[in-house]
Amino acid sequence: MILLELFIGFLKVGCFAFGGAYGAIPLIRDVVLSYGWLDDEMLTYMIAVSESTPGPIMVNLATYVGSSRAGLAGSLVATLAVVLPSFVIILLVTALLKTVLKNPYVQAVLRGLKPCMIGIILATGVSMMLRNGLVIQDGRVLIRPLLLTLLLGTVYFGSRKLQKSGISPILLICLSAAAGIAAYGL
Amino acid sequence: MNILLDLFLSFAKIGLFTFGGGYAMIALIENTCVEKKRWISHDEMMNITVVAESTPGPIAINCATFVGYKQRGFAGALAATIGIVLPSFCIIFAISRFLDHFLEISWIAHAFQGIKIAVGILILDAALKMLGKMQKKALPRAFMLSAFFAMLLISSLSLRISSIVLMLTAGLISLVIFIAGKPAAKGGAGK
Repeated sequence: MILLELFIGFLKVGCFAFGGAYGAIPLIRDVVLSYGWLDDEMLTYMIAVSESTPGPIMVNLATYVGSSRAGLAGSLVATLAVVLPSFVIILLVTALLKTVLKNPYVQAVLRGLKPCMIGIILATGVSMMLRNGLVIQDGRVLIRPLLLTLLLGTVYFGSRKLQKSGISPILLICLSAAAGIAAYGL
Repeated sequence: MNILLDLFLSFAKIGLFTFGGGYAMIALIENTCVEKKRWISHDEMMNITVVAESTPGPIAINCATFVGYKQRGFAGALAATIGIVLPSFCIIFAISRFLDHFLEISWIAHAFQGIKIAVGILILDAALKMLGKMQKKALPRAFMLSAFFAMLLISSLSLRISSIVLMLTAGLISLVIFIAGKPAAKGGAGK
């Protein structure tokens, strides 16, 4: 049943998404692609939409996937599922188990888990860059995706050299949309 | 004003006006809850940020739940958490109703060719920032690199291994290393 699947799928995401907004993206990809809820293209687009609309990215993605699979009920179930683990965990930590996070065994588990998460996010970023930037068709590398990648990468990381904070993610998404229209539409 | 309503409205405002999630929200939560409303102290805010980083889930949700609980127990936690989720829920729900048709328009499809590259850059950037904050020691590096290559292998071979399995394995290995290394450490360093 789709509602139950959505609930379990996003409960998993909520339970394992360490490292904030981007920590959840590899997990959401995992879950969403393995259930076949969205294809890779739509999911990537949705990440951009979640980044450009207010609110936590993880919650936005859950709402969207739930809604596209099963309407209002689906979006409610998916959103509830992604929020529930952190809600419960924080209640437990503040109410009962203040010391649990200082427990050396819990610390030991977290010491392994967090670097692993970073590696997973890094791999997700690298493989997305390769897949979208280095498109090979008929034995030739397509020039437009490659140029767009170099351009946007230079602008984003280069802006940080000139100015401490660099350009914001939302600005990058707007620029990339304009660059895409210029490269493919004109 | 009723404290529950106040919690709900304050967090709804934070949920409505912070783009980009995560750390952008922390700044606004601190501004509202510590400086304006004085619901929690600055130290408590620091503590909860640390706790939020060690527990799963969106950091903003963790903070909202904590502040709500401090004010009015379970009901407060519920009011604050619903408050922070509700605005984006409504916005995304509305967008999702017509997004599919959006992509059929050609210039939007072109824009998407650029956007999907930007998303890759943002994810890479987030990972690099976390990498910069990671402890520069052999063990975390080993975990990070093995997870990185395992994940690349999994995705390039289209294996059906969840990243959750990777994380649990890493947590377990780290626990085993800790337990095995304990007797060798200075005596009495236990609990």
